[in-house]
Amino acid sequence: MTSPIELRARGAALMALGCALALGACATTGSADSAVAADANDRGDTAFAATAAGEPVFASTYKPYPNIATAIRGATIYDGKGGRIDNGVIFMSGGKITSIGGPDTPIPADIAVFEGAGKFVTPGIIDIHSHLGDYPSPGVEAHSDGNEATSPTTPEVWAEHSVWPQDPGFARAMANGGITALQILPGSANLMGGRSVTLKNVPARTVQGMKFPGAPYGFKMACGENPKRVYGGRGRMPSTRMGNFAVNRETWLAAIDYANDAKAKRDLGKETLVGVLKGEILVQNHCYRADEMALVLDMAKEMGYRVTAFHHAVEAYKIADLLRENGVCSAIWADWYGFKMESYDGILENAAFLQREGACVVIHSDDANDIQRLNQEAAKAQAAGLRLGIDIPDAVAIQWITFNPAKAMGIDAMTGSLEPGKMADVVLWNGDPLSVYSRPEKVWIDGALMFDAMNPKTRPVSDFELGQPGEGDVK
Amino acid sequence: MKRLPTLAAASALALALACTPALAQDVTITNARLVLGDGGAPIEGGSVVVEGGRVVYAGPQQRPSNGGTTIDAGGAWVTPGLFATVTTLGLADVSAVDESNDITARGAPFSAALDASTSINPVSQHILVHRAAGITRAATTTLPAGSIFAGQGAIIDLDGDAQPVMQARAFQMINLGEGGARLAGGSRVAAHVLLRAALREAQALVGKPGTPQTAEIVKDDEVLLSRFDAEALVPVVTGRQKLYVAVERAADIRSVLALKAEYPRLDLVLVGVSEGWLVANEIAAAGVPVIANGLTDLPESFEQLGATQSNAGRLARAGVKVAINAASLQDPRRLQQVAGNLVALSRVPGASGMSWGEAFAAISAVPAEISGLGGKAGVLKPGALGDVVVWDGDPLEAGSVPTRVFIAGIEQSLENHQTGLRDRYSDLDESDRPKAYDW
Repeated sequence: MTSPIELRARGAALMALGCALALGACATTGSADSAVAADANDRGDTAFAATAAGEPVFASTYKPYPNIATAIRGATIYDGKGGRIDNGVIFMSGGKITSIGGPDTPIPADIAVFEGAGKFVTPGIIDIHSHLGDYPSPGVEAHSDGNEATSPTTPEVWAEHSVWPQDPGFARAMANGGITALQILPGSANLMGGRSVTLKNVPARTVQGMKFPGAPYGFKMACGENPKRVYGGRGRMPSTRMGNFAVNRETWLAAIDYANDAKAKRDLGKETLVGVLKGEILVQNHCYRADEMALVLDMAKEMGYRVTAFHHAVEAYKIADLLRENGVCSAIWADWYGFKMESYDGILENAAFLQREGACVVIHSDDANDIQRLNQEAAKAQAAGLRLGIDIPDAVAIQWITFNPAKAMGIDAMTGSLEPGKMADVVLWNGDPLSVYSRPEKVWIDGALMFDAMNPKTRPVSDFELGQPGEGDVK
Repeated sequence: MKRLPTLAAASALALALACTPALAQDVTITNARLVLGDGGAPIEGGSVVVEGGRVVYAGPQQRPSNGGTTIDAGGAWVTPGLFATVTTLGLADVSAVDESNDITARGAPFSAALDASTSINPVSQHILVHRAAGITRAATTTLPAGSIFAGQGAIIDLDGDAQPVMQARAFQMINLGEGGARLAGGSRVAAHVLLRAALREAQALVGKPGTPQTAEIVKDDEVLLSRFDAEALVPVVTGRQKLYVAVERAADIRSVLALKAEYPRLDLVLVGVSEGWLVANEIAAAGVPVIANGLTDLPESFEQLGATQSNAGRLARAGVKVAINAASLQDPRRLQQVAGNLVALSRVPGASGMSWGEAFAAISAVPAEISGLGGKAGVLKPGALGDVVVWDGDPLEAGSVPTRVFIAGIEQSLENHQTGLRDRYSDLDESDRPKAYDW
């Protein structure tokens, strides 16, 4: 058994394109800056000022690559929201889904048409929990950029500043897993690990070239064993689960004071926390045990924020009702169990039990290998349900790795399902994507064909792999 | 001590089931989509007959034997039990809980002398969970921690009885890649010297068991090789015990193959071998079998720059005997999924995969052969152990699980801690009493 990557104590958090942070802080800082600037100008000096809090920084430079109008016909289509069309047609142009429907759906003349008989179409697969780029391959110490494990709360760090866009894992995730968007999270060493970043899975020279335009930021938090082990092991707080909660609550109280203090000096960490309080930054909370998730939900109520998703929630099935009532998604593996104490009660039926209760299910990877097979992980979780008579349609199992993660990442208005007007993030599979025997044949991102198994040159190769054994290999 | 009554109850139940005395049944399974494990295609309407714990017939339908139980498989897939190698099954309850983990012993003065067979827990939840996933036998071993030598691995069965060990000290394992380099003091060069020094000590001890004067190899306070370790390497240097060498890089593979020139009696098996496809012909020519990472395709380290999912298929095409390495997986129960993926590759342009039969053999008959159980495990043919699995679907499809598992003719419980949780939480109704009473 390999030591799970999770044990490297990675964490999670989401990110959004610069949202206006902290009402109070933002307004205050703005007026203070103006005052300083006015004084400085009166003296005829140059005024110094950072971009105001809340203004876009490290902004996305991603632009969709050239696309040609394309249709696929005759395929089985899963639309990402639980719908299935047999012998369907999907038409994309201008980087968007134009139309989707049955065999009678009109296809304009003079466009590229792929025959999809025997093949399947899904939205681009989305992984809500990845560390690609911040724990890239090769996994050498010099690349270990996922945990700022120097303080139990580091809300001031942003995962995007650690992402190495040359990580070969991005291309593998696209070619073998059909991944078109993913959330890169800080690790779970810290109670508050920092902001996440949501990326389009397009090769780029810079992380800005991958940032998903308009995606909200996320905020990674972590329960349980990792923070108390990392800091308790150094003789500092927290060393217990009760210490975890105490440090979290003190930190939230300080953030609330900051939000209410019109004169507060800018504080990057608190800006993120206030963004969470305002609902602009989505909490992605690493948490295994059911009892701890229930406590976190009460802490969130106490402090006035919302948890969007629990990640690695191996015991979510024990409180599926509670999670449904609170509208919290569970981002889970299909079959990881027993590698650490808080994963001891992992069962194959977790996703199916959550689905039965009407709670939100997301299948995630947390792994550079599993991200290449989220479709198979969904299939395993689906099969476990069927054995107990919980019949989850194929189209719903696909929703676990498309629309549901898009929703929990706040990008569902743009991607995650095949609906007219949405981004043409599309995968054509050479067979049923819930079968182990199927692989992506073509992957479009915003309508641009970014991977084609039939054409060796339509396969991204990172800088790192040039001139190395196996450059451009099928991998 | 009042602590987690639910866990205790579930464990007690599992233990009780595991310890239920059972005798080998005579069993005939008919109407099966029968997989022999020999690399061939399934036989429709096949049957398998087990008597006295051994297979006496497996093939096209025949008249059921006299006596015993007859099971109509109703067209279901029936296969030999899967054989998992390399694993740590039975050596840890929770790997991150040190107290429960016997996989490594960094603080011990011993390395090669470590003998996994002394400490196998036959009712470890990992064994029960993996049995329910169709794995009936496994190679299990400690892992290198204090030295490049992992210790001596055992071949075990997963029937949960008092005798899990089929063969103790079946193989020695060492790491001669980046991991071994680190353990040897910081370089591959040092690892190779340590190996040769150790084999020289062992050579000197051939025919002289118990000789006390062997020199120890010591660095600072650390013993890299004690005299007990040297003595444990005698069967390696004389070729009576297999030497599994964990190695990834093409150049490192060549260095291992070259050891045969110095130590002709070494019975080598390569483990990991991410860049094996680059030296496939050399491995084939040396006749050394490989326990290969199945789906490793990232340059996770500088010794895996050439990693590709096509590795196993390309090795097989070159004539290498290839089993899939369970140690490269989240858990060994994913072997079936890996094998299925190798089949999938055969439909990807430019990739090298395996046929269904080849892929199944790579998780059954081939690892059994490499483990010294050729013809006895991982196959259904007369004389083989009566390890038979009935599946609810294609056994290489992600999500398929066994419906019945026989080990040496004895039907196994498929219950464990996880199934206890599954049953308890099949609803969330606590209107009468808390869940703790639901067992």
